[in-house]
Amino acid sequence: MRDVAIVAFAQTDHLRRTDDLSEVEMLMPVLHRVLDATGLRTSDIGFTCSGSSDYLAGRAFSFTMALDGVGAHPPISESHVEMDGAWALYEAWVKIQTGEADTALVYAYGKSSPGQVRDVLTRQLDPYYTAPLWPDSVALAALQAQALIDAGDTDEAALAAVAARSRRDASDNPHAQLSGAVPAGERLVGPLRTGDCPPVGDGAAAVILAAGDTARALCARPAWIRGIDHRIEAHGLGVRELTDSPSARLAAERAGAFERPVDTAELHAPFTSQEVVLRKALGLGDGVRINPSGGALAANPVMAAGLIRLGEAAARIHRGESDRALAHATSGPCLQQNLVAVLEGESAHA
Amino acid sequence: MPKEPVAVVGVGQTKHVAARHDVSLAGLVREAAAAALRDAGLTWADIDAVVIGKAPDFFEGVMMPELYLADALGAVGKPLLRVHTAGSVGGSTALVAANLVAARVHRTVLTLAFEKQSESNAMWGLSLPIPFQQPLLAGAGGFFAPHVRAYMRRTGAPDTVGSLVAYKDRRNALKNPYAHIHDPDITLEKVQSAPMLWDPIRYSETCPSSDGACAMILTDRAGADRSPHPPAWVHGGAMRSEPTLFAGKDFVSPQAGKDCAADVYRQAGIGDPRREIDAVEMYVPFSWYEPMWLENLGFAAEGEGWKLTEAGVTELDGDLPVNPSGGVLSTNPIGASGMIRFAEAALQVRGRAGEHQVDGARRALGHAYGGGSQFFAMWLVGAEPPAR
Repeated sequence: MRDVAIVAFAQTDHLRRTDDLSEVEMLMPVLHRVLDATGLRTSDIGFTCSGSSDYLAGRAFSFTMALDGVGAHPPISESHVEMDGAWALYEAWVKIQTGEADTALVYAYGKSSPGQVRDVLTRQLDPYYTAPLWPDSVALAALQAQALIDAGDTDEAALAAVAARSRRDASDNPHAQLSGAVPAGERLVGPLRTGDCPPVGDGAAAVILAAGDTARALCARPAWIRGIDHRIEAHGLGVRELTDSPSARLAAERAGAFERPVDTAELHAPFTSQEVVLRKALGLGDGVRINPSGGALAANPVMAAGLIRLGEAAARIHRGESDRALAHATSGPCLQQNLVAVLEGESAHA
Repeated sequence: MPKEPVAVVGVGQTKHVAARHDVSLAGLVREAAAAALRDAGLTWADIDAVVIGKAPDFFEGVMMPELYLADALGAVGKPLLRVHTAGSVGGSTALVAANLVAARVHRTVLTLAFEKQSESNAMWGLSLPIPFQQPLLAGAGGFFAPHVRAYMRRTGAPDTVGSLVAYKDRRNALKNPYAHIHDPDITLEKVQSAPMLWDPIRYSETCPSSDGACAMILTDRAGADRSPHPPAWVHGGAMRSEPTLFAGKDFVSPQAGKDCAADVYRQAGIGDPRREIDAVEMYVPFSWYEPMWLENLGFAAEGEGWKLTEAGVTELDGDLPVNPSGGVLSTNPIGASGMIRFAEAALQVRGRAGEHQVDGARRALGHAYGGGSQFFAMWLVGAEPPAR
């Protein structure tokens, strides 16, 4: 495998609404910031890949306008996944592994404000038997949370503590949508209270990947991707053990996460209860710094939130605050699909 | 370390029709995937990863359907990637899958693309209005018709060329049991007397709306050695994108298409595509795109593409058969259409194209494009492993 690193990361300030900005306008500053950080221009980039969802935009081919923002002339080598940007990063990593590119620009964006994101996500479900019943994303997460409580894996106080820690940590994150104290919160869908659920918001993120010496030339302390893998589970909640995440565990194993302890984990857990599931599946002990950015409970721009976990973990390595970090992204109801990457600073590898 | 050679050892398609009322979305993709596994002599357990593609989610009304389809695709416990690059997506999806093998991330990958247009309405799916952006006019035909007119004006092509393409592709489709449109009574006069939809594009020169899926099994050298049938080898593959609209855009022959083809030919060591390629599966949703792409892909000099069509060069028994399968003009499950081009190219060099087999095809090009002629994906496959 070629050594590939995240060498730059940028994200927007995540906001409840961005009515005055198109997706392209929201994305452009982020693209410029990662390019400026490395000194690269669009024409220097070997491969470009993005993640987004037409359903959030409310129109087909919404990603084509975002491509205009990249500046794709002369024509570029480019692809798009209708998934969180973490999977776009995976596709770009594969492309670099083939040797056909040495650098990649990866970006993702999502505006949840134009619609009702809880209803929109309902359209992800089995279209014949489940989606017509409109069970929304919070209700499905609540099923998972109740299963955890029933199994004795957590209780409401522990969940509230996860929310409080996330909001507290988000105080140091200027991009976070929510930070500071968590109000006691209404019950949204029992047992979940408002604080157990992610904010609804708009945002974008971008990273640049580079291989080997190119990465060293572009970044003082590259965040090397030591392993990356993703796995999916069955769709039907009735055939899954909701208190566990075998797909996250398998992805972590394939990414080499269990070979040595990590010091940091950025988990894409939009609900407090999902952090409980992931901690257990990934074997993360109390010594691991979980979501120092505040995580998805502080800002959850759908389609970008997973890529942001990879970016936040990498940025911590860039700043010398972590030597070995785990980054996780999820997709689908109740953690159906999970991606895990292990990132390391140079000294940790030596 | 050089890339791992990639082999196509399994191809499966559904029967493509206007509405597959007999299967769900899951049943549709399962049918194609099972056919590809049968062709490869493999089982679901042999598949390491799945890469799936389709055109916009609004076409069926399911957001990110890979989540729902994970079970039907045998992907539980495996990696599943979902690609979406507009009309070129079937080709892009195959290329992403091929890269997984080439990079030695996985050894055997199932790739599949589908569209079940009968579950919704593609025209509606493409017509959701957005403030301050140009609408797509009257569907895809409305967008492309002016560029066809520009081609005719630029090259002096007689207005009969488009109907020749449609007549040819619809006759070829009669030899392909999976093709959607089977009109045994097709005549050139019938094509030419069809109503004009978007001048100069007649109804008979447009693609249908189809339900259908296409799947391929891609594997490494060791996997190819175990294949019960001859594999197709990937000699080159590339994607290129350019913006929808900009001042310098040439809609008749986009730069991204030229660059994409040049990259594929470079990888495959092709110096003269017209002489060195034996069959082409080209994305031709409106008949005039055959002569246009013949030029864009380097098979003819600028302004000369229509002459190849007119001379019968692109007929099934011609010197450079284009769309022996009947092409997009005969079968168009949008998200799958690009992958069908790639898969049909593979069938040709494997000698498994049945009645529409091109005699002695050794190298074939699969081509897909999408958006406002802005996304391109192509691969070149051969009967022999690539030289390294």
